[in-house]
Amino acid sequence: MANSHLKYESKKLATWYFTFAAIIFGAQLLFGLVAAIQYVMPSFMFEVVDFSVARMIHINALVVWMVFAMFGSVYWLLPDETGIETVGVGIGKLLFWAFAAAIVVVVLVYLFIQVGPADETTIWFIHEGREYIEAPRWADFAIVVVALGFVANLYMTGIKGNRSGIVTVLMADMIAFSGLYLTGMFYTDNISMDQFWWWWVIHLWVEATWEVFVGALAAYGLITMIGAHRKVVEMWLWIEVAMLFGSGILGMGHHYFWIGTPEYWWEIGALFSALEPLPLVAMFIHVLYDWGKMQGQEDAKGLEQSVITNKPAFTWFILNAFGNFLGAGIWGFFHTLPQVNLYTHGTQFTSAHGHLAFFGAYATILIGMMYLGVQGKNGIKIMRHTKSSIWATSMIFGGVLGMTMALTIAGYADFIISRAQWGATWEGYFAGQSGVWYLQGMNWRLIMGVVTFIGFLFLVKDLLSTGRAAHHER
Amino acid sequence: MAKKSVWSDNRFWQRSAGWVTGVASVLLMWLTFDTIPQITLGTDADLENGVTKRVPGPTVINYKITYEMDKKRHHEVPVIGGANAEGKSSFQEKEKFFGRDDWSEEEARALLRLGKLGSQAKNCMNCHTLLGNGAYYAPDLTKAWLDPAWGPNGPMQAMTGKNTKEEAMAEFLQFPSQYPTHARMMPNLGITAEEAKGLVAFLKHMSSIDTNGFPRNFGKIEGAVHGK
Repeated sequence: MANSHLKYESKKLATWYFTFAAIIFGAQLLFGLVAAIQYVMPSFMFEVVDFSVARMIHINALVVWMVFAMFGSVYWLLPDETGIETVGVGIGKLLFWAFAAAIVVVVLVYLFIQVGPADETTIWFIHEGREYIEAPRWADFAIVVVALGFVANLYMTGIKGNRSGIVTVLMADMIAFSGLYLTGMFYTDNISMDQFWWWWVIHLWVEATWEVFVGALAAYGLITMIGAHRKVVEMWLWIEVAMLFGSGILGMGHHYFWIGTPEYWWEIGALFSALEPLPLVAMFIHVLYDWGKMQGQEDAKGLEQSVITNKPAFTWFILNAFGNFLGAGIWGFFHTLPQVNLYTHGTQFTSAHGHLAFFGAYATILIGMMYLGVQGKNGIKIMRHTKSSIWATSMIFGGVLGMTMALTIAGYADFIISRAQWGATWEGYFAGQSGVWYLQGMNWRLIMGVVTFIGFLFLVKDLLSTGRAAHHER
Repeated sequence: MAKKSVWSDNRFWQRSAGWVTGVASVLLMWLTFDTIPQITLGTDADLENGVTKRVPGPTVINYKITYEMDKKRHHEVPVIGGANAEGKSSFQEKEKFFGRDDWSEEEARALLRLGKLGSQAKNCMNCHTLLGNGAYYAPDLTKAWLDPAWGPNGPMQAMTGKNTKEEAMAEFLQFPSQYPTHARMMPNLGITAEEAKGLVAFLKHMSSIDTNGFPRNFGKIEGAVHGK
């Protein structure tokens, strides 16, 4: 493929990361569909690709494509921020292939070997059976090596080049992000201890370090796409870091309500996790405020044109600001207080929140970064929407929102019947699963899942073809 | 020129972010140091000396476990070996587990280890929830050991034709698709007889963990739906 418009090797490497991320994103949706069909039709692929296998690939692919797109985003923005080529980009390329190969092997083993005997060989070579971080131990070590190389490149580049506020935040954030993975790399017989440290990875990723990462990306996007003033954007970024880490780190307590940990986590978890939506509201306001301000300045000059240099990417960034606030903020707050969580914990309600939060907070902005990649690679000055990009955006966002609504309604039926009425037993569980609202909710979830998947096909088509479209300004 | 305000100074916000993050991290670590000893696995000596642990030792499988309302804490807690006058665990009443109530610390530990490893190797968590965490395609297993469905009058024990709860559970785990309860079935995961025993020990142990009253009313309400 011709990369004639990309001056930096770092940006070429970024496009590799984005491409692989998009493929894994497709796998995530495909296995999500399998799992969604099984809710409606339990015999579908029974004892061939069971729900546990489909779901493991669904959520693991989710984590992996996001990490790939995040690494890609850093390689993309580093030359712009530091003004120099990324130090160690050659090693970066080598690590990309190692990482991609490891992921392919891991997924094939998940799919074709599925389960192993109850001993440590399974944990080392098949999977660890721990939600989200199922990757077998050998792959854990591979991931650590890749992450170390990535963080080293980021640090060396940040130290050698111009260290902007955004780069400084990323340097602090990515070392925490990588280091936290280590807390999930051990085995214990004690399930309470297991889940205690498991949350150090999951929670401190998605409710702390990943959110800060998104803040940094949004800051970069505002500067590059609408010409927002760096000083203002970076000031907001520091405020967001303070708010996100200030609430998110101790917000961990909301996972420690019921796993065997002491009761004081009720108060700590309730208080700090209830504060977690605040920075998300702040981020939403900030993005809209900066947009309005920059457009207002343009209008004041008497110019009738948009300040946005990449319409599809900016659309995804706006959807990120909104989706993060809605999915992580509102849907998270719904069930974060222990009085509510006692009943909703581990029901379809959690699933509703999970879908909109991961999508709203992360998928959106990372798709936006992919569009920035397409723009840069094709040397486009002002990138406009195409029919496909509009279909993709509407169907994906509408589809995920629809799935969330369906799962929320199913979740209400689920927790009220199985938990509040029946006290969570086996019989109660299935009473909840057979409620009419639940069954209809699951049908709608599948339909909306299909809508999302068709939207994804439009997205792929657009990412592959929009670079050649004639209506962009070059 | 007007004096610059500290509120629009990036250095001020950068330092604030650093301090806030630092303080929150130190607090989390301090709380971690307080929590870890409280959730460390107990020992056989604890059980024999009547010491209540949040996560009891593996030999808890030798004891009868129930889930009772604690009047002071206003939620249910596991009661081990029957209740004393105050309603707390008395650690007196034993219960046979696969025919024995004298599993030694080493034996019980090995069995729990086999079960915990099995729970990961068989990917339980991607259909079930354990301590409420996992997937929502199958029932929560936190207190599965105490589920009336597996009790002497429950449908599951009768279905497998076994005489005890642990044997019924082990039978089901080995041949799940032979005992369908709903259209949604558990698949055959190649669980051996020994692994099934370990998994049941793991479940019995998990039911003895003090989960601050989660799940509420477990097994207390039977049939509130459809006016039954």
